[in-house]
Amino acid sequence: MQELTEKLKKEIIEVLNLEDVNPEDIDTDAALFGEGLGLDSIDALELIVLLEKNYGIKIEDPKEGRKIFASVRTMAEYILEHQKK
Amino acid sequence: MQITRYCSVNPPEIRLNGTVVFQDQAENSSSFLKSAYRNFHIQYPKFFKMDNLSKLAFLAAEYLLNDMGISERYAPEETGIVFQNGSSSLETDEKHQESIAGRQNYFPSPSVFVYTLPNIMVGEVSIRHKIKGENAVLISPGPDVGQLFDYTGELFLQKRLKCCITGWVEAYHQNLTACLFLVEKKEMAKSFLQPGEMFIFGLSNLERIFNEALQHARIDGKA
Repeated sequence: MQELTEKLKKEIIEVLNLEDVNPEDIDTDAALFGEGLGLDSIDALELIVLLEKNYGIKIEDPKEGRKIFASVRTMAEYILEHQKK
Repeated sequence: MQITRYCSVNPPEIRLNGTVVFQDQAENSSSFLKSAYRNFHIQYPKFFKMDNLSKLAFLAAEYLLNDMGISERYAPEETGIVFQNGSSSLETDEKHQESIAGRQNYFPSPSVFVYTLPNIMVGEVSIRHKIKGENAVLISPGPDVGQLFDYTGELFLQKRLKCCITGWVEAYHQNLTACLFLVEKKEMAKSFLQPGEMFIFGLSNLERIFNEALQHARIDGKA
C-alpha cells in the first residue's frame, strides 16, 4: 500500500505539473481538492486519465470521482480494489 | 492615448521601456520562461500548468503591469486586451494531436486540450489582473503594427476602454517573442506619470519600439 501511495504522489506531481511540490509534501490522507493541493476541475479530469492510462481503470460513473479522489489513500485503495477484479 | 509602459520578451532578455530587467541564457524556451517566473518572486502555481504561449503572455503582462496600479485606477470593464500572434496555439495543438494519433495509446490530456485556443492566454492574464474589458487575439503572419493601432484605437474611440494591454505574443517551440504596450487615455495617465515617462500611441512610436524590441527575433508565425 505504501509503495503505491508513494508512486501515486510522484505521478500526481508529474501529470498535474505541481512544480514546487515534492512527494513528501503530500499527506497521504489530506484532501486533494479544496484547501489541500488547490486542484481544480481540469486536474480532476487529468486524474481520471491517469487511472486509465497507468492502471487500466476506467471510472464509469463520474459521481464516484468525489470519493475516489478524496485523498491519495482513497485513490490507492480504489486502484488495489479494482485491479484485483 | 498614451503608451505608458512597454515590455519586450526576446530571449535571452526581457526589457521594460527598453531597459534590460531580466536575462538568462536558458537552453530552451520552457527553461527561460520558468526562470523568468522565478525571478519575479510571485506565488502563482497555475503558471506551471499553462502552455508556453500563456506563460509568455502572463510574464510579459506581469512585468508590464507591475506597480502600475491598473486595478486601482480602472474598473475591470475599463481595461481590455488586444493581442496579436503568428502561430496561434499551434504548439499545443500539435501536442494534443500527438496524444490522439494512435488507437492503442489514445489518452488526450484535458490540461493540454484547454490550451488549444490562442485566446486562452487572454483569459490567464485577465484572471490574474481582474480584467473584464473587451479582448481579442488577432492572427497575423508577423507583427502588424497598423492592425494593432487601428483595432486598439477604435476601442478607445468607441469609449469601450480607458486602458488596454496591446501587442504581439508569439510562442512556437524555440521561437519566443513578445512586445506588449500599456495604452491609457492621456487624462488618466497624466495623474500617474510625468510627461517624459509616456509616449503618444501612434504608428511611428509603435514601429520604432517594435523594431528595437524584436530586431534579432524570429517572427515567422506558422498559422
